[in-house]
Amino acid sequence: MSDPANSNSGVSVQVRGLRKSFDGQEVLKGIDLDIKAEEIFVIMGPSGSGKSVLLKHIIGLDPPDAGEILINGESIQKSEIASKYRLALVFQSGALLNSLTVGENVGLYLTEHRLKSPEEIQKIVAGKLEAVGLKDVTDKMPSELSGGMKKRVAIARALASEPQLILYDEPTSELDPLSAVVIGEEILELKKQIRVTSIVVSHDRDLAFGVADRIAVINEGLIVIVGTPDEVKKSDDPLVQKFLNADFKREP
Amino acid sequence: MFENIGEIVLLFWRTLMALPLAWRQRQKVFDQFFEIGNASLLMVCVLSFFIGAVIALQTGPVLVDRSLSSAVGGIVGISIAKELAPVMMAILIAGRIGSAMAAEIGSMRVYQEIDALRTMNINPIHYLVLPRLIAMAFALPMLVLVAILVGWFGGAVVAEANNHINVPFQEFYSGLRQIVEPKDVANGVFKSFCFALIIATVSCHQGLMTIGGPRGIGRSVTKAVVNSIVLIVIFDYILTRVLLK
Repeated sequence: MSDPANSNSGVSVQVRGLRKSFDGQEVLKGIDLDIKAEEIFVIMGPSGSGKSVLLKHIIGLDPPDAGEILINGESIQKSEIASKYRLALVFQSGALLNSLTVGENVGLYLTEHRLKSPEEIQKIVAGKLEAVGLKDVTDKMPSELSGGMKKRVAIARALASEPQLILYDEPTSELDPLSAVVIGEEILELKKQIRVTSIVVSHDRDLAFGVADRIAVINEGLIVIVGTPDEVKKSDDPLVQKFLNADFKREP
Repeated sequence: MFENIGEIVLLFWRTLMALPLAWRQRQKVFDQFFEIGNASLLMVCVLSFFIGAVIALQTGPVLVDRSLSSAVGGIVGISIAKELAPVMMAILIAGRIGSAMAAEIGSMRVYQEIDALRTMNINPIHYLVLPRLIAMAFALPMLVLVAILVGWFGGAVVAEANNHINVPFQEFYSGLRQIVEPKDVANGVFKSFCFALIIATVSCHQGLMTIGGPRGIGRSVTKAVVNSIVLIVIFDYILTRVLLK
């Protein structure tokens, strides 16, 4: 039987009774989620509802106060999980290393883990940057890039590890509508190409309903609803409807 | 500061445990080494020249008045080699390089670059702390050696040129050779090696602990420099006591 950790297929994620408090304020109040392998799962919710905190727990950056997160049935708390499964997070800010060039950023995982020769890494870097629609930026510094380009470089960096789970934190925030569409298309393309499991945290309704296989709406640290985009749209929960239909009302 | 001593010791221990990986980080070690040397060499020379000069100026007339002109070189030589060069250079490097280390790592922490490293399964201690600690451990003792030589030269220049001292170069260095032994220089260099470990560990620790925005980075830089200097002075006494015999 093949080892799922070494395969290219996405992993499943289970969140069980997750709780987290900061300075006595409970941010996550018992989250339960089942995310299937290779699906695009979008977590939506208003600002401050706990979306990004949940994401950080899923990738193991923050330890939970209670509950657990399982990757393919194995607890993320185990130290060997990080080296067993290839997980990647695309940060809201991009979080590119500002002292490295774009090429060095994208190839960082491969360079530091000595997985390929420098020549191979160069080729992979060029390929990943091309996959996100960027050319001739390899030698540029992150400070020379626009916000949208930084996000795409961050996606290319995440792809360099050929991840089995990729998490996106507000991938379209601060982007113009055209760049947001490009990012959405890339998320869909990656699922097709490398069968990665994607978890997208966003309050961009267009992106969520455009890419999601399933959507969860979170509010004040609790999951309000989980379902397909159609099921979420048809939900009669007043909070979900208010969130989905929020719009300006301008006096004529 | 003292509530963080445990964390600082733990960081130092974890970095020591990562020493077998040092060869893999050799390029970063070299970059840091160059950064420390390039940024500090001129300042070290200027500072140590004038320290030697002022020690000669303070002690020279008093000794010459008591017909002890042959002791000027020895007093300047031993005070610079055993105490002033290691401590003053460590304080200079804490301010010049320790602050830069805390600021760089602190901004990486604030802007989530360290989180990004962790998501790529890259240990920040191996990637950031280890190269800085090794580079500092080599660079500071070398700078202190330079400082000792330049400090002696500064003392010799003032001893010869000042009308109240008038001790020729040859007499200055002859007196210095009579009192200063190679082990005195080795003591000073060893002390600076210990100070280097303190500066790198404290500065990297403050950087890694940074929270908040630019104000948090500023706070970390200040704490890194102040804590390093306090620990340098405390350890200076302990090391001097241990190395006394």
